[in-house]
Amino acid sequence: MKTLDKLTKPVPGPRTAKIYKRWDGINSEELGQDELREKWALFGLSIPAIILVLTVIAIPVGWLFWLSLFNDEGVLSLSNYTRMLDSKSYSRIFVTTFKVSFFTTLLCVLIGYPLAYFLAQLPKRWAALGMMAVLFPFWTSLLVRTYAWLVVLQRKGLINQWGMELGWWDTPIKLVHNLNGTLIGMVHIMLPFLILPLYGSMKTIDFDYIKAAANLGANPVKAFWHVFFPLSLPGLFAGMIVVFVLCLGFFVTPAVLGGGNVIMVSMKIETLIDLFFNFGTASALGVVLFVLTLMVLFVAYKLLPPDKVLGQGHNV
Amino acid sequence: MTNTEPTIALPICIRAITKTYGDVYALDNIDLEVKSGEFLTLLGPSGSGKTTLLMVLAGFTRPDCGSLLFGDNEVIRMPPHKRDVGMVFQNYALFPHMTVAGNIGFPLKLRGRSKNEIAARVEGVLATVRLEGYGDREITQLSGGQKQRVALARAIVFEPRILLMDEPLSALDKKLREHMQIELRHLHEKLGMTTVYVTHDQREALTMSDRVAVIDHGKLIQLDEPRKIYDQPTNRFVANFIGESTLIPVEYIDGKPCYDGVPLKISNQNAADGNLLMLRPERLTLLDIGGSSDYNCFKGEVGDVVYQGESFVIYVTLTDGTEIAVRSVSQQKFLATTPERGGKITLGLHPDETVLISDQDGGNNCTSTYQKI
Repeated sequence: MKTLDKLTKPVPGPRTAKIYKRWDGINSEELGQDELREKWALFGLSIPAIILVLTVIAIPVGWLFWLSLFNDEGVLSLSNYTRMLDSKSYSRIFVTTFKVSFFTTLLCVLIGYPLAYFLAQLPKRWAALGMMAVLFPFWTSLLVRTYAWLVVLQRKGLINQWGMELGWWDTPIKLVHNLNGTLIGMVHIMLPFLILPLYGSMKTIDFDYIKAAANLGANPVKAFWHVFFPLSLPGLFAGMIVVFVLCLGFFVTPAVLGGGNVIMVSMKIETLIDLFFNFGTASALGVVLFVLTLMVLFVAYKLLPPDKVLGQGHNV
Repeated sequence: MTNTEPTIALPICIRAITKTYGDVYALDNIDLEVKSGEFLTLLGPSGSGKTTLLMVLAGFTRPDCGSLLFGDNEVIRMPPHKRDVGMVFQNYALFPHMTVAGNIGFPLKLRGRSKNEIAARVEGVLATVRLEGYGDREITQLSGGQKQRVALARAIVFEPRILLMDEPLSALDKKLREHMQIELRHLHEKLGMTTVYVTHDQREALTMSDRVAVIDHGKLIQLDEPRKIYDQPTNRFVANFIGESTLIPVEYIDGKPCYDGVPLKISNQNAADGNLLMLRPERLTLLDIGGSSDYNCFKGEVGDVVYQGESFVIYVTLTDGTEIAVRSVSQQKFLATTPERGGKITLGLHPDETVLISDQDGGNNCTSTYQKI
C-alpha cells in the first residue's frame, strides 16, 4: 500500500485540477473501498429483517395471488375474476365496503377534527390527559369494545331502554345489525387513528402564524380557515388515509354490529373459506381488495405528495 | 403607486401600562409617547419587557392596566385584527402554504379589495422592497434576507399608519443585517409611518432610530436620541448596556468631583453631576508620559494589547487597580508606538468627553403626567 508520507508534497501553486490529480492515485482507491464496505455492512445488518418480510409478507401474498388463478376443478383460469365481474353480489360487496369506509372516515373527520383542535389548544398537562382519554380504548380488546356497543345499541339495550322510558320514542330504534351500528362501532375504533396524526400536525403549527393573520386583519374565524386549517391539512390527510385503508379490510366490528346486513369484502372471504372451502374465489377477492387499496394509496399519493404532506417544515 | 406616497402616520401614547406574570413585572408602569412618523426603538436585554410592550401595542398581550392611544383612539381593548397596525415578526411568520404574492395580498384580500387592485399593489410593494418578479415564489424557496423583505412588504402593503417590528433582523448575518438597517431606515423615510422597533442590539438601535427607549426589568430607563443615549447615559445600567464602558467612582472634594485627588475638568455641566465617571475605550487617548494639561489624566500599567483589525485595544490597570480599556484606530503610526506589556502609560480624557453619571441602577427617570382613565 502506498502511503502519503512516501510522497513529496505537491508543488505550491494555483489550485488546479492538475495538481489535485497528483494526489488522486495515492489512496482514492482505498477510500472508495472503505465506503463500499461500509455500505455492504449496513445492508448486511438489515438482511434478517428483509428475510422476515419476504417470508411473512411477500411469499403469502404471492401464494394468494397464485391460488386465485385456479378454478374449482384446479385448472388454471381467470374464472374467479370474471365471476366477480358477472355477479352483482360481488360488486355490491365492494360498494358496501367502500361506502362503510367512506362514511367512517367522514364521521371520524367531523368528530376528530374539533377534538384534536381542542386538545391542541389545551395546556400541556391537560392535553396529555385528553390524549390518554383518546388512547384509552386502545388498551381494551377490540372484541370487548365491539360487544360493548352491541349491549348499548341493541333492541333492549341501554339507549333504547332509556329513550323509551323517558318517552322520547315508543318503538325501539334499529341502532344495530345494520349500517348505523357498523358505523358507530367503526368510528369509535378508528377515531384515535385520525386524531393522533392530526394532533401531531396541529402541534407543529407555530402560533405566530395565527398572530400574523390576526395582525393582518383576520378575525378568529378567518384566521382559522385561511391559515390554521390549511396548515393542519397534512395531518388530516395522513389520518384520513390511515382510517380509510384500515376500514377497507376491517372484519370484527362490521361482522358483529352489522349482524349480517352489512357484508364487507373481508367477511365474504371468511364465508367463502369457512363455509365453502373455496380458496380460489377467496384469494381473488383478497387480490382485488389488495389492488384497490394500493390504488387508493396511489391516488392519495398523487394528490398529496408525501414531501408536501409529511415532514414539511412549518417553521421558517 | 399609492404605497410609495407617505402615509399619514399616527402618534402612539402609552400610559401607565403594567403587566405582571405572577410576581414578576414584565411591564412596570410604562409611560411613553411615540411621535407621529417617528422611528422609535425599544432597546433592552432579553427578558426586559420590550417584546411584551410591542405585543401590547399589537394587541396580543392584554396588560393588567393602562391606556393605549393610537392618535385619539383608545385601543387597549381592541382585538388585534381591528388595530390596523403592520407587524414584522421575529421569525417572519410567513404563511408556508401561500406564495409570496399570496402572503402579501392576504391583508388586502381580508379587506375585500378587488383582484386587480391586489395584484397591482403587490407588484408595487415588491418593487418597494426590491423583490420584483418574486410573486410566484414559494416561501420555502426564499433566502433569509428575501423572507425578511417579504415580511416587511406584507406588513406595509395595506398602508398601516403604525408599523411594529420585533427584532426583524436578528436572523440575518452581520453584513446583510447592516445593509438591511440602512434600507429599513430609507424605507421609513419614504413611507413615513410611525415605527416601533424592538431590538437587543444596541448598535442597531443607535443606527436606525430617531429616539431610543432603553428598557430593563419592565421599566423605561431612558428615552433619548441615539447620541444622547450613548454620550450621556442617565445611569449605570444604560452606560453599561450601551457600548463598552468602565465606571470608576469619583470623590467630591470641596463640592467638586475629583479622581485621584485631582479635580476633573468637565465642559458639559449637564454631565457634571453624579458619582461615577464613565470611561469608554474609544474616548480615551494615549498620552505621552506627563500628559497634557488639557486632558483629565489616568496613569496605569499596560496589560494585554489586542489587535482587532480595524482597531486595537490596550487593557490598562489603573493605579487604584481598576482595569480599563482604550481603543485606537489601527493606523501604522499608532501601531508602531504601541506600548509594551508592563510599561507605564498615561491615558487622557478630553473635558468634552468627560461624563459623570449617577450610580442608581434603574427607575423611571422620564417624568410624565398621566391622568387616571
